[in-house]
Amino acid sequence: MSYTAATVQLLDIEGKLVTSDATAEYLPYIEKLSDDQLREFHRQMVVIRRFDIDAANLQRQGQLAMWIPSLGQEAAQVGSGLAARPQDHIFPSYREHVIARIRGVDPMRIIEMLRGLSHGGWDPKEHNNFHLYTLVLGSQTLHAAGYAMGIQLDGATATGNPETDEAVIVYFGDGSSSQGDVNEALVFAASYQAPLVFFLQNNHWAISVPVTRQSRTPLYLRPGGFGIPGIQIDGNDVLASYAVTTANLDRARSGGGPQFIEALTYRMGAHTTSDDPTKYRDNEELDFWTKADAITRYEKFLRSRGAGDDFFAEIEAEAADLTADIRRRTIALGVPEPSQMFEYVYSEPHALMDAQREWLANYEASFEGGEA
Amino acid sequence: MSVENLSMAKALNQGLRQALLADPKVLLMGEDIGPLGGVFRVTEGLHAEFGDNRVLDTPLAESGIVGTAIGLAMRGYRPVCEIQFDGFIFPAFDQITTQLAKLTSRHHGSLTMPVVIRVPYGGHIGAVEHHQESPEAYFAHTPGLRVVSPSNPHDAYWMIQEAIQSNDPVIFFEPKSRYWPKGDVDTSASGFPLHSTRVVRPGTEVTLVGYGPMVSMLLQAAEIAESEGTSVEVIDLRSISPIDYDPIVASVQKTGRLVVAQEAPGFVSVGSEIAATVTERAFYSLEAPVLRVAGFDTPFPPAKLETAYLPDADRILEAVDRAMAY
Ligand SMILES: Cc1ncc(C[n+]2csc(CCOP(=O)(O)OP(=O)(O)O)c2C)c(N)n1
Ligand SMILES: [Mg+2]
Repeated sequence: MSYTAATVQLLDIEGKLVTSDATAEYLPYIEKLSDDQLREFHRQMVVIRRFDIDAANLQRQGQLAMWIPSLGQEAAQVGSGLAARPQDHIFPSYREHVIARIRGVDPMRIIEMLRGLSHGGWDPKEHNNFHLYTLVLGSQTLHAAGYAMGIQLDGATATGNPETDEAVIVYFGDGSSSQGDVNEALVFAASYQAPLVFFLQNNHWAISVPVTRQSRTPLYLRPGGFGIPGIQIDGNDVLASYAVTTANLDRARSGGGPQFIEALTYRMGAHTTSDDPTKYRDNEELDFWTKADAITRYEKFLRSRGAGDDFFAEIEAEAADLTADIRRRTIALGVPEPSQMFEYVYSEPHALMDAQREWLANYEASFEGGEA
Repeated sequence: MSVENLSMAKALNQGLRQALLADPKVLLMGEDIGPLGGVFRVTEGLHAEFGDNRVLDTPLAESGIVGTAIGLAMRGYRPVCEIQFDGFIFPAFDQITTQLAKLTSRHHGSLTMPVVIRVPYGGHIGAVEHHQESPEAYFAHTPGLRVVSPSNPHDAYWMIQEAIQSNDPVIFFEPKSRYWPKGDVDTSASGFPLHSTRVVRPGTEVTLVGYGPMVSMLLQAAEIAESEGTSVEVIDLRSISPIDYDPIVASVQKTGRLVVAQEAPGFVSVGSEIAATVTERAFYSLEAPVLRVAGFDTPFPPAKLETAYLPDADRILEAVDRAMAY
C-alpha cells in the first residue's frame, strides 16, 4: 500500500505545496502560519529523530531494556501534536515521543519506562493533558471516548468559543484497529457524538503482520460504517497532518461529533529493538517510503521559503545537545527502592500492602545483619 | 531411544510440528506466528512447512483469536492459539471464561472444545509492563478449563502434544525465563499423563512444590539447603488444574513440611489452594503450617525491581528455615 487518490497531501515529495480542489480547504490553515511556526515543525521533527536514534543506541549499549522507535512517523505526530490546542486532551499509544515532548513531558520519563524504572509516572494534569502511554493495544481509545463524553457532560465543548472548547485526540495503530476496544470506542463516540478525533497512524505493519491482514478496505473508510467521517492523509507530510488535524479537532469541539484521520506513514525501523524486520519485509517498500521521507521534503520546502544553513545548523546543535543531555542523565539513573512497589497500588491504606511492605523491610534488614 | 538437547522454545516447536503432522485438523493461530515464527520463535519454520491454512497469522485481536478458535473447534478443528504475552490475554478473557470453558457443559457433553491456548508467562526477562505477569490463577479458578505449565524442555515437548490431544480446552502456560536454557528431550519416550505431578528431587525434611519457572528456582534452593544440612524434596506440579495431589500428600506425609512457591501474587492463588488442600488431607502429618512464597500482591513492578518482587532461592530458603523452626 502507498498513497491513494484519496490521500490528502499538502506538500509533495519534492517539498512543493499542492494546490488543488482537495487541498483548498486545508491550505488556509498553513497560510495563517508565521515563518517561525513553520520552522517549529522542522525543529520538532529533527530533534526527535536524533533523540530516537540515540535512544536505540542506548538500548544497544545496555542502558535500556528496549526502545520503541518513532523513526519515519515524525510528520504525522508533530503535525497533529501541534494542532491540538492547550485545553485539548491527548491519549497516546506508545510511540508518540515527540507529542509527549511538545506537551512538556521530559523525554526522560519515556527513557525511564524503557529502562525498567517506571510504568509511566507523569501526571497528565501537569503535562498539558498528555495522558500516559498504553501498551495494551487499543485500550486507550475507549478511555479517550469516555473522557470526551465527560467533556460533553460538563458542557466544556461546543459553546462556540474555540479558544476554550475542549476536544480529545487519541492515537493508535493499524494493527490495533482490529481490536474490539477500538471498534467499541467508535460506537460510543458516535453514539454520544463525543468531541473525539481518532488518529490512526497506519505505518503499514503490526510487528510482522502487514496492514492487509487487518483490513481489506482502506482504514479511513472503516469509520464510515460507524457514522463517523474518515479522511486519509499523507502522514509524512507535516503540513497535511497539522491542517487536517486542526480542522478535525475544531469540528469535534464545535459540536460536529467524532472524526477519524488515517495517516499513511511507515515504520522505517524495527518494531522495537527486540525485532528483526528482515525476517518478514522487503526493501522495495522501504525504498518508496525513504523517498517519501518527511524531513527531507520539509527541509526543501523551508529552504524554498528562505531558511538558510544557519537555521538548519542551529537545529542540529539543539538535537545534539538534547541527546547528549539525555545520554548523560540516562547513565546517571539509579534504581528505585523496592518498597516503592507498594506505593500507589491503592489510593488509601490497605492492610495487605502494609503487611508486605513491613515483611520486605524486615527481610532485607536480615541480610544487612549478616544472617540468612 | 532418541535424545536431543533442545531449548524449551525449540522443544515446543518440535512438539507443535509433531502435532501438525499427526492430525490435519490441528491449526496454529496467533499474532506474528507466521513468517516471523512468533516473538519467541516457538513457531519458527512451521508456516514455511505447513502453509497459510495450517499456521494462521491472525488479525491483531485476542478476543477474535479465541472466539474464532471456538468456532473452528465446533467445525472439527483443533486450534492451538498463541497469545503473544501474558498481559495480553485479557481481551480474550470473556471468550475463554464465559464461552470456551462452558460450551461442553452447556451441550451436555455433545460438543467438545479441543482448543489449546499457549501463553508465554512470568518474569525474569527484564521486559516492560504487561510482559512479565503470571495470570494462571484466573484460569485455574474457572471451571471447565485445564491449566498446565511445563518447567523443562522434555516436559514441554510432551505436554504440548498431550494438550493438543485433549478434548477439553487447555491453557498452556510457557515460562518465558525457561525458553532458552537447553535440556535433554527424549522424543522416543511415550510421554506421561498431562496432569501428573513429578518428584524431581527426593528429600526427607521439607517438601517444595512449584511449577513452570519456579521449579529451577526450587532446585537451586534445595541444593543450598542440602549444603546447609536440610534435606529437601522438590515437586514439579506440571498441572495447575486439575492438581495431581497424591504425590504431594505422600511427600508431606514423609517430610511433615510444605513450602509452595510461585511468581504470581499470593492472595487467592494456586499456592493458597494447595496449602488448603494439603492441610485438609495431611493435617496430622504436618510439623509446620504450609508456607507460601509468592510475588507480592502489587502490580508487577518495573523491570529493575523484578528481582525484589519475584521469589528467588533466598526467599524460598527463608520459608524453609521458618518451616524447620516449628
Ligand atoms: C492487546 C495486545 N496484544 C498484543 C500486543 C503485542 N503487540 C505490541 S505492539 C504490537 C503491534 C501493534 O501494531 P500497530 O497497532 O500497528 O502499532 P505500531 O506498533 O505499528 O505502532 C503487538 C502485537 C499488545 N501490546 N497488546
Ligand atoms: Mg502499525
